[in-house]
Amino acid sequence: MTSVRSLLTKPWIWSFIGALLVWLATIAFTGGYGGGGMVTAALSLAVFTVIVGVGQMFVITLGPGNVDLSLPANIGLASAVAMKVMDGNDSMIAVGLLAALACGAAIGAANYLLIWALRIPPIIATLSASFIIQSIDISYGRGLQIKPPPGFADFANWQVLGIPVLAILTVLFTVGAAIALQRMIYGRSVLAIGQNIRAAWLAGVNVGRIRFLTYTLSGALGGIDGALLAGYFRGANVDIGNEYLLASIAVVVIGGTSVAGGKANVPGVWGAALFLVLLLTMLNTFGVSAGVRLLLTGLIIVGVITAAGGQKALR
Amino acid sequence: MRPEMTAASLDTAARTSAERGALARARLLRGLLPALSLALVLLAIAWLNPRAISYFGFSLMLNLAIPIALATIAQMFVIAGNELDLSIGTFVGFVGCVTATWLKDAPLIGVAILLGSIGIYALLGALIHLRNLPSIVVTLGMSFVWQGLAILVLPKPGGKAPDWLLGLMAFKPPFVPFPIIAALLIGLIVHFGLMRTSYGVILRGSGGNPAALGRAGWSLLRTKIVLFALAGLFGVLSGMALIGITTSADANIGNGYTLLAIAGVILGGGEFVGGRVSPIGAVIGALTLALAASPLLTFMHIPPDWQVAANGAILIIVLAARVLISRKER
Repeated sequence: MTSVRSLLTKPWIWSFIGALLVWLATIAFTGGYGGGGMVTAALSLAVFTVIVGVGQMFVITLGPGNVDLSLPANIGLASAVAMKVMDGNDSMIAVGLLAALACGAAIGAANYLLIWALRIPPIIATLSASFIIQSIDISYGRGLQIKPPPGFADFANWQVLGIPVLAILTVLFTVGAAIALQRMIYGRSVLAIGQNIRAAWLAGVNVGRIRFLTYTLSGALGGIDGALLAGYFRGANVDIGNEYLLASIAVVVIGGTSVAGGKANVPGVWGAALFLVLLLTMLNTFGVSAGVRLLLTGLIIVGVITAAGGQKALR
Repeated sequence: MRPEMTAASLDTAARTSAERGALARARLLRGLLPALSLALVLLAIAWLNPRAISYFGFSLMLNLAIPIALATIAQMFVIAGNELDLSIGTFVGFVGCVTATWLKDAPLIGVAILLGSIGIYALLGALIHLRNLPSIVVTLGMSFVWQGLAILVLPKPGGKAPDWLLGLMAFKPPFVPFPIIAALLIGLIVHFGLMRTSYGVILRGSGGNPAALGRAGWSLLRTKIVLFALAGLFGVLSGMALIGITTSADANIGNGYTLLAIAGVILGGGEFVGGRVSPIGAVIGALTLALAASPLLTFMHIPPDWQVAANGAILIIVLAARVLISRKER
């Protein structure tokens, strides 16, 4: 009983409860039909939100004002780069993934360069960067619906006993991220900077390097996410990352990470991502129109933030 | 940088006054930066295509400047209160859809919807203040709400602007093109209201030093509500102006305005925190973006793919210039 009570005090548990409730509501509607398939689909889609969500979480944890608005443009460009490098050729998969990773990391590093050199708030820096990345992507990948190599598409859609392999790998990745956050010098430094950047500096944390690493990490995760998305949906396009601006920030906040920085939560990112994906599935199952679906998604996000509320602010 | 205290007092005084002069010059330069960027873009256009610098040329090039300027002013009010509105673009789109349908077919209901949407903006301000919420997340969520509502109002592109609005936006005053007059008017009116009235000072103070303002007995809840309501009002004006120009609407018509509006405020000399904004600067910033994004690129024979990048590049160049000037200020 005490273990249940201590579980309920964890900030991330609510996102999982939300996801469970949404799932129950949907199978109640379908009369129990398709419940398992829904979980499989939700896991496959949640993976992409979790990967960028973890990157965004590290950035937001750096403290007020830190947020990466360039992720959608980054995902779009990296997906095109990956598909062009792979060029439909199974032997080039690893090279393509590396190219997407490098492309994303370069974008992240450029973001931090702007923040550092121009001394501007990260929101404006990542925003101006995203303008430029978007144009590069439009001009680079224009008119081409580039298909992934069959081996890569199969890998991105591969399931074992109804569990997507990508989801298993992402769980391992998030366990690693949680260890990095709580048990490694890098993660502790990120938390320290988020709690009090001056105190962290005085305590000998190399603030500049940690911030640089964090933006680069977020960029690199965006890049790999772009490549995986292009594999899963069997093609890259400019708009492939658009929904991940809201999603990456929302999963961080809903998952119990403090928007004021200095307090992060990895399991919550999973719960919140599953919640968001299942929510969309539920609205689709109910057969609502696109307008109503957008309306309800927005209202529910505002509602959840309001209910969670209480801390200040992203800037 | 401080002059040596051991130096002769006369020398020190001379140096400090020289330093003060340099400081004042740097400040002036910084204040003039928005106008300088606009002048630079205009010069480039005049050099590339002299015929564009005419009554007709400006009417054409600044076609969309009025809605962009209004959306920028809306964003400026939110930024003045240390918040950020990521939903202004889809809100402009929603207003556009209402303007092209309800406002034409049933003006009373249309007006009620638009007033109601300003009310929702005011409520958001209250919610953000009372629950201490991050405005980025709330407005990001709201951007979905407005987009959803826009699709519900107008599922397919279409509708038609009310005739009076078409007439207003097609107005052709003598000598000076309408967009320029409108931009001047918008800038001056908002400048007077926000920079020259006592409540304007309070509104900016709510971003500059909320704690001090609260202790002085002003309601921070009310300043936030007023700032967001003003943002809603100018968002409505922006959407209506846009439909007056394009004559019909589309649920996605305003999506690009979110980022344009933020860029316009920053280009216009606005600071991201601390209630430091400039209405006239914001309008100038919006005009610069409107000119640089499409006419300048067209004249330079750069494909439209790079329009968005041009906005980003201008933003970065101006911010870099600002850093250089600020270094002098020290």
